[in-house]
Amino acid sequence: MSFDALSGVLLIPVVAAALLATLPNYRVSARLNVAATTLTLLCALSLFFKRPPPGPYLLADDLNSTFIVLTTFVGFTTSVFSLSYIGHELETGKLTPPFVRFYHAMYQVLMFAMNLALVANNIGLMWVAIELATLTTVLMVGIYRTHEALEAAWKYFILGSVGIALALFGTILVYMAARPVIGENLDTLVWTVLVSRAGDFDPALLDLAFVFLLLGYGTKVGLVPLHAWLPDAHAEGPTPISAVLSGLLLNVALYALLRFKILLAANAGALAPGPLMVTLGLLSLVFAAFMLYRRRDIKRMFAYSSIEHMGIITFAFGIGGPLADFAGLLHMTMHSLTKSAIFFAVGHIAQVKGTQRIADMGGLTQTHPVLGWGLMLGVVAIAGLPPLGIFMSEFLLVSSTFARAPLLAIILVFGLLVGLAGMFLRVNGIAFGEPRGPSAKAQASYVPMFAHLSLVLGAGIYMPAALVAWFQNVAGLLG
Amino acid sequence: MSRLDFDIAHLLAGTLVLISFLELYQDRLYSLLNVYALHALTLAASVAWQAFIQDAPHLYVTAAIALVFKAIVIPVALHRIIVRLGIHREIEKVVGVGAAMLAGIGLVALAMVVMLRVTHGADPLAREDLAFALSVVLLGLLMMVTRRNAVGQVVGFMSLENGLVLAATGAKGMPLVVEISIAFSILIAFIVIGIFLFRIRERFDTVDIAALDRFRGERR
Repeated sequence: MSFDALSGVLLIPVVAAALLATLPNYRVSARLNVAATTLTLLCALSLFFKRPPPGPYLLADDLNSTFIVLTTFVGFTTSVFSLSYIGHELETGKLTPPFVRFYHAMYQVLMFAMNLALVANNIGLMWVAIELATLTTVLMVGIYRTHEALEAAWKYFILGSVGIALALFGTILVYMAARPVIGENLDTLVWTVLVSRAGDFDPALLDLAFVFLLLGYGTKVGLVPLHAWLPDAHAEGPTPISAVLSGLLLNVALYALLRFKILLAANAGALAPGPLMVTLGLLSLVFAAFMLYRRRDIKRMFAYSSIEHMGIITFAFGIGGPLADFAGLLHMTMHSLTKSAIFFAVGHIAQVKGTQRIADMGGLTQTHPVLGWGLMLGVVAIAGLPPLGIFMSEFLLVSSTFARAPLLAIILVFGLLVGLAGMFLRVNGIAFGEPRGPSAKAQASYVPMFAHLSLVLGAGIYMPAALVAWFQNVAGLLG
Repeated sequence: MSRLDFDIAHLLAGTLVLISFLELYQDRLYSLLNVYALHALTLAASVAWQAFIQDAPHLYVTAAIALVFKAIVIPVALHRIIVRLGIHREIEKVVGVGAAMLAGIGLVALAMVVMLRVTHGADPLAREDLAFALSVVLLGLLMMVTRRNAVGQVVGFMSLENGLVLAATGAKGMPLVVEISIAFSILIAFIVIGIFLFRIRERFDTVDIAALDRFRGERR
């Protein structure tokens, strides 16, 4: 096999993981981590220009190129953020050097697993990749080895395992549906072949398969009522991992769901996946919006906000059609960028204050103006206020929903408003008022956070025509 | 396919469902592990039989994994972990035996109704296998929700996974079955190592809701 961009996004993380597992010096390995993610990002960007043809295992098309570029970009900025974050954790003794070495190697394994899930053309391979990503993040969530962290890791482990087990059953059912049409060979699991022949599959089997896949991968997306692992895993792991979980891993699981949604759409007799996704999406949105109110832990609060936004995105793809799919894709991109920026800010805030309890933080805009205002800007963005990018995607979604299903749009707007109020209620106390808690200077790197936020702001004010055309094109693929 | 081939495959898959029921009412950890070993053994026999009648030699690898890894290594390892960690030998259950069995019967009926109705077109063996496999999967899930003990939950998960392997091997000619079963074994190995490394002993002793709330950081 010749070297191309696809093998690049897979091989670079693997090689880097092997190197990082052997290097003892954390300064070197943290920089190597950044270098590896930079290279992976460059490889991913080259997918826009030149793509290898789809094979039985790997595939690059417009849909997954978008996801890969987003994943590698956030992976890159998060590695820059983790440079200063991990340094601080070593200084305070929360992590010891062997654990840091382990952390860096696992970071690259996680990048590999997510990229593999995105480029896999084989639904069996995709499943294995998502399983690998689950295992890696479990190890990362439990890395602090406190009682809470282990409890969170265990819960994530068990719920995540059940989720991927159900997804495997769904995958087997897809095979059963495809076998009479395609025959017994490797092609029967290849997504591009499946889609081209899906019209002849037995619709009843496909329906059942989709239900299992929705429950299985939906657990990994964090859809209510399958979300129980998500807040714990976000709150107890290292903050760079919270950023990657929220910004990327949830997207990867959603991407798997989208692939199967396209498969069902290609079969006229199969059930429409839309209503199922709309229901779960709205349920997640409204539930998570109410859960924002009584949060006492800052990372846990933003974890619920992630559930809320994954609900919105699932809802958008469930509604379907060019406009809603466009809004869903845009929202997903903006949410990834904004949420990871917020976690970058939260990570430094928690380090400065020495706690994640909201009650022990206050007046951040006075004591740490950059962090405080950065967090505020992130929250303004995530709450969906103009002129930032999320406002635009939410506006598009609400207006397209009003045109097609006004009743659903009312629930959607209700959920959005409840979430917005809950978010500001909590963040108000953190950012303003009397300063509380330690006010030592933060050793922070602000570049990743503001890079993300300025992208979100830029997209909200002016979207380049090329980008709009690209998203429209991808939305068209979703059918 | 001859009648005998079908009957033996049917018998083995049906036995797997029965053993799932046996697991459902075990109230001691050691006996639960023994029954699980029997479960894995039956799975190995079933997969080997599928390999034989489908003339698919690669499935023998999956059968060997089930035999060596799941029927021997994992039960022995869990046995030793229980001794080393000094875990309570009794399993606390959320619901009584009667209710769990009734729920189990309901789930098996559900699996049959759903799968047999959906798979009209498929060949009869794959059809029955899938219905049995879904029963084993659902019984595994039931076991996980009715057990408070981490080892009990893990055994529930492992028998759920046996159901998946049954489904994957029953789906004649499915590619990547061996790879997937290896990936799953790695997952299970991680879980078992996890029990030991995480030393979640406290979890075995007290799993009342108040303690969970404290871990969750909601009531400090």
